[in-house]
Amino acid sequence: MNPVNYLYLSALLFTIGASGVLIRRNAIVLFMCVELMLNASNLALVTFSRLHGTLDGQIIAFFTMVVAAAEVVVGLAIIVSIFRTRHSASVDDSNLMKL
Amino acid sequence: MNSLIPLLVAAPLAGAALLLLGGPALDRFGHWLATALAALSFGFGLALFSDMLGRGAEHRAVGQHLFSWIPVNGFQADVSFRLDQLSMTFVLLITGVGTLIHLYSVGYMAHDERRRRFFAYLNLFLAAMLLLVVADNYLLLYVGWEGVGLASYLLIGFWQHKPSAATAAKKAFIVNRVGDMGLSIAIMLMFVEFGSFAFDPVFGGASRASEGRLTAIGLMLLLAACGKSAQVPLQSWLGDAMEGPTPVSALIHAATMVTAGVYLITRSAAIFNLAPDAQTAVVVVGAVTLLFGAIVGCAKDDIKKALAGSTMSQIGYMILVAGLGPIGYAFAIMHLVTHGFFKAGLFLGAGSVMHGMNDEVSMRHYGGLRKYMPVTFVTFGLGYLAIIGFPGLSGFFSKDKIIEAAFAKGGTEGWILGLCALVGTTVTAFYMTRVMLLTFFGEKRWQPDAEGNAPHPHESPKTMTIPMILLAIGSVFAGGLFALNDSFLTWLEPVTGHAEGNSPLAPLTVTLLTTACMLAGVGLSYVMYGRSAVPVVPPVGSPLTRAARRDLLQDEFNHAALVRPGSALTATLVYFDSRGLDGFVNGLAATIGGVSSRLRRVQNGFVRSYALSMFGGTLLLVATTLLMRSF
Repeated sequence: MNPVNYLYLSALLFTIGASGVLIRRNAIVLFMCVELMLNASNLALVTFSRLHGTLDGQIIAFFTMVVAAAEVVVGLAIIVSIFRTRHSASVDDSNLMKL
Repeated sequence: MNSLIPLLVAAPLAGAALLLLGGPALDRFGHWLATALAALSFGFGLALFSDMLGRGAEHRAVGQHLFSWIPVNGFQADVSFRLDQLSMTFVLLITGVGTLIHLYSVGYMAHDERRRRFFAYLNLFLAAMLLLVVADNYLLLYVGWEGVGLASYLLIGFWQHKPSAATAAKKAFIVNRVGDMGLSIAIMLMFVEFGSFAFDPVFGGASRASEGRLTAIGLMLLLAACGKSAQVPLQSWLGDAMEGPTPVSALIHAATMVTAGVYLITRSAAIFNLAPDAQTAVVVVGAVTLLFGAIVGCAKDDIKKALAGSTMSQIGYMILVAGLGPIGYAFAIMHLVTHGFFKAGLFLGAGSVMHGMNDEVSMRHYGGLRKYMPVTFVTFGLGYLAIIGFPGLSGFFSKDKIIEAAFAKGGTEGWILGLCALVGTTVTAFYMTRVMLLTFFGEKRWQPDAEGNAPHPHESPKTMTIPMILLAIGSVFAGGLFALNDSFLTWLEPVTGHAEGNSPLAPLTVTLLTTACMLAGVGLSYVMYGRSAVPVVPPVGSPLTRAARRDLLQDEFNHAALVRPGSALTATLVYFDSRGLDGFVNGLAATIGGVSSRLRRVQNGFVRSYALSMFGGTLLLVATTLLMRSF
């Protein structure tokens, strides 16, 4: 199969993720969309690695996974603690950080 | 002996410092201390004078270097003194008349609770004036010059609880500042031209300097002299200065302050001799002022203001003759000294009259005082005869010489100046006779004062009459003594130089003309004020009289010519500043503030809108990168 198709898939996944971040209000869904974007870029990196015949892309994909795992730990903790205090997972309700 | 020169200045200066810093402990005897120190200074002056007389005419000028004030490479300011015949004359006049005025003030200010302070200021005045005349360079002279300005300010405004006195002091100070600026510019010009402001290098180098530069220096010196000596156009402070206690007026008009301008011009003879244009300006100023002051003196009902007009006029004579160059310097100083005697005497007499009349100053409320104040009458009368130039008295000799010198200027100028001086003589005789008749003759026109107390004129105490008597003696004999064998001329000639003019009139003719003019003035005044009753309420008078009562509209002129344009200029500058500069800065700040307050709307607290701007930004970056790549 032509590896470029993977790039199309990656772009599609990224777009879905990005649209989700912009459109949805629920923090958990937002969070999953961010994960989707990260994994879309991982897929693109691995595809580039395959296309160029080098391992650089795969190594960067590992880094991304580690960062994503760390991000999940911190992000979920924040979301849970906000839900406990505000009884809401909507990101639009947490709008106090403004002038 | 020369080491006494600094002590001349130090004695009254120490008195001022002691009295000001000593506090109430000195209240009881401070006035005698001040008088003693003034007398001590006079004593030093006499000792130096006798020492000076012991030397030949060419070796009389002595100097004393005290210390280097500002020793910088290329700029040498020294505190050093020079005592020559010219300074000596002034020293004796200042300390002599000054001491008598101190003595008089002991009686005059007996009931003033701030007497100690008054005497401190009097001492300060003497010290500053002495420093001015014994300084050996223009910078030190300037120190004394400013000191005189300060002391006059403090003394004119001595009764500061009266708003009029406070205003008069401020006026005197501000008008004097204009003159002071002239002197400081002159000093700077000298430094540029001669590289020094000590007398010797300046006078020595004058012959090598360009005439234009010398004229500039001369005109600036004239401006300075106008300020201190109350000459047109800086004359307006003198009349108001009468707000000070009467001894102050005597001091300002006779021994110190107004004589400083004449001294400055005479001292700078070397510069003026080489700058004919500046000399012409000096002569014009003198001639205008002598008529101006005389006209003002005719219309004033306030005895002190009439005398102030007369001072202005007499100083005008001196400035006029000093502007004639070597023909006149010695006569300017001679008239200055005789004027010092009779004007001090006249002012002290006026003070004595006021003392006896519950501080009434209007001559229309005097009348018939000769029986009640015999000593004041006689001494004032002798001063009067001296100032109008009655033959045989001081003023006769000195004024006669001035008029002779004015004619001796030669040509049309000589005639104009001589006639001005002659007219001045008539007017002087007129207004002084008026003062005399209104005060001491005629029927009593006494008015009760504000509390309703009728005045009980009485002779003043001894401390006041003795100085008046001594000054009257000076007014009678000084002129004759100076004129005898031209002794004064011979005395001053080594400093000021002397040249005989070629007068179109014989000296005897001038003398007869002067006497005739004087008698005409006296006669006219007698017809107007001696033969008929004087109204208590001043008549409306002619337009000239009304203008002269208001000092020939000098304040109106100053207001229209200087104050109003000055205020308009300030208003314009304020407008430009607040609208232009402030407007620009404030506008800039407002713009930035406005833009910021719009920009901050972006911070709306919604996470998704931040995410959108991040995506937008990223998109922009990626698009730009791709676009750049494709080229």
